[in-house]
Amino acid sequence: MAHKIIPIGPYHPLQEEPEFFRLHVDGERVVDIDIQIGYNHRMIEKISESKSYDQVTFVVERICGICSTSHPFAYTNAIDDLLGVQVPERALYIRTIIGELERLHSHLLWLGLAGHFLGYNTVWMWAWKCREPILDIFERVTGNRQHYAMFKPGGVRRDMDEEDFPWIRKTLKDLIPTLDMFKGAVMDDPVIRARTEGVGVLTKEDVRNYCVVGPTARASGVAIDVRKDDPYAAYDKVEWKVITYEGGDVFSKLVVRILEMYESVNIILQCLDKMPKGPIDLNIKDIPPGEGIGRHEAPRGEVFHYIMSDGGNSPIRHKIRAPSYMNIFSNKKAVIGETISDATIILAAVDPCYCCTERMAVVDYKSGKRIMDGEDLIRLSQEKTARLKEQFCK
Amino acid sequence: MKKEEIIQDIKHRLGNDIIDFNDRSERRVYITIRKTVLLDLAKHLFSVIQARLCTLTGVDTRQGIEILYHFSIDELGLIISLRVILDKPNPEIDTLTSLIKGAEWIEREVHEFLGVNFKGHPDLRHLLLKDDWPEGDYPLRRDR
Amino acid sequence: MSIRFKALTKSIWVYHLSTGSCNNCDIEILDLLTPRFDVERFGITLVGSVRHADAILVTGALNLKTIPRVKRVYEQAAKPCLVIAIGACACGQGIFKNGPNTPNPVDSILPVDIYIPGCPPKPEAMIAGIVKLIEHVRRKKKGL
Repeated sequence: MAHKIIPIGPYHPLQEEPEFFRLHVDGERVVDIDIQIGYNHRMIEKISESKSYDQVTFVVERICGICSTSHPFAYTNAIDDLLGVQVPERALYIRTIIGELERLHSHLLWLGLAGHFLGYNTVWMWAWKCREPILDIFERVTGNRQHYAMFKPGGVRRDMDEEDFPWIRKTLKDLIPTLDMFKGAVMDDPVIRARTEGVGVLTKEDVRNYCVVGPTARASGVAIDVRKDDPYAAYDKVEWKVITYEGGDVFSKLVVRILEMYESVNIILQCLDKMPKGPIDLNIKDIPPGEGIGRHEAPRGEVFHYIMSDGGNSPIRHKIRAPSYMNIFSNKKAVIGETISDATIILAAVDPCYCCTERMAVVDYKSGKRIMDGEDLIRLSQEKTARLKEQFCK
Repeated sequence: MKKEEIIQDIKHRLGNDIIDFNDRSERRVYITIRKTVLLDLAKHLFSVIQARLCTLTGVDTRQGIEILYHFSIDELGLIISLRVILDKPNPEIDTLTSLIKGAEWIEREVHEFLGVNFKGHPDLRHLLLKDDWPEGDYPLRRDR
Repeated sequence: MSIRFKALTKSIWVYHLSTGSCNNCDIEILDLLTPRFDVERFGITLVGSVRHADAILVTGALNLKTIPRVKRVYEQAAKPCLVIAIGACACGQGIFKNGPNTPNPVDSILPVDIYIPGCPPKPEAMIAGIVKLIEHVRRKKKGL
């Protein structure tokens, strides 16, 4: 049977190809998916080889805007692993706080986008509005809303002021009622459940075969989390739990991310209480020959950095593996067999770092003409929600 | 399984095929092995020990192209990195994709940047570089 | 002032084009639509097709794979179309200057009308930049 090819568009599709996701469709069902990436590739691994160890921290921050601190976190973990040093305790707590604040703002961002794809634009506006206080905390503590430049091999670059702590605590505690609202809205809404339950399922076997990480894996019941498995920073000094959910579908991924936000608030509040006074930097001067591996549990999963040094000023090899690299590929399994109106939410459910999900478009295979673009696919998804709402309201 | 048991088991399995063994720290182990035993050892780590493949790192060194296979044993927080050294000018090794689906993109990237041929890989097209990037030009090689 | 330019400066419809960025500027652009900044009250809105756009918001350091697409997008835009370069990468490539995959800056391919620097520029800075551009266009058309 002749298959139609429907490439899927992103939030802001480009007019013509190249497509990022190309769906082969038979009627309404997706039969195969071809994924093309590379439009954001800036060869940062090669740029690292010509920068000093300190400069590399700034370069890797700009790999991704949303999980901007995850990369310096993993990179500094790799350098600390190479050197075998113990970073000062105060720095460990500051690192943890910045990492968890980032998780909060990233999950809220994703929640907004998921709401938009499903047709709940109010969720989008509310989630992003509630994200603003967290960006204000970042601005007070680090000086910038994004790209914080807090990390440094051997410690952190800036200290936190105790005078800010009461305000930070209050802002976070004010966030809890909002999280309660989102939790209720998601878990109690029959339309959202109907749209997302049983959709885009990844089994435990799939998670293992595709080496999936992060909330995408935890939503299938696989409890892997670098913060618990290979503890670093202050994660083994505070009480918190790994959130998993059986189900493997888009609904489970929604639930895992919302519940993780509560844990993040919990971790930050504990860190603010337990942070000791002291130095924040080891003042590392030289990196001897050797190799080191550093990992961090970013909002999307495990970020992996490998550094090889020969004693000089720059790394001779810096390998970076972002979590979305593994998670996006798992879409090959998750989206096949589903309908095109569900395709947008399934592809978005792995929380592809926006900078990986650039282009999508819809083209009819036989005629070569564009029959749909990304906006149309999002509209299809929103229309399905509207139909379901009607059903439930009858 | 405990870390010591896993290490002893690997040493026992491979015997002389282990060229170098570096128990660097509590959670980092680097083992240099001959490329002929890689697939069997990967099968053992993936299927029996239930390790997860994190990624592959390729480095262009004087001895040849060094590839590190990083496996993570999440229950112990341990990373076992298997190092194989492939001879230039035509480095090649068997693919892991028959065993681990997730290795497809990882091997494609190593092929694209270092020119390593993964025998049996279903699809070694360009992943990240632009389509008309010159054939034979591998950005991470040092002898360009 | 001709009616085209008058209409252009009243309520600008913008099309967002990323040429290979870390997406931080793109998120801050989307942030402009959210309640705290809410540019829709000025009539500025994001459109899905460049043919409907009065201005193109360009972000990113222009990597090699995107160059043909960027050119095609600009050709399809209905002229006059303003080009606004947002962020350090679009202004002068920032940290990716002389990078192996990003040899040319955005203004070597597109005629940029205004540069809004920052990494990323704050939403307030973007609004200020757009206001400045509108005033500049109005003054130019009045012959000042």
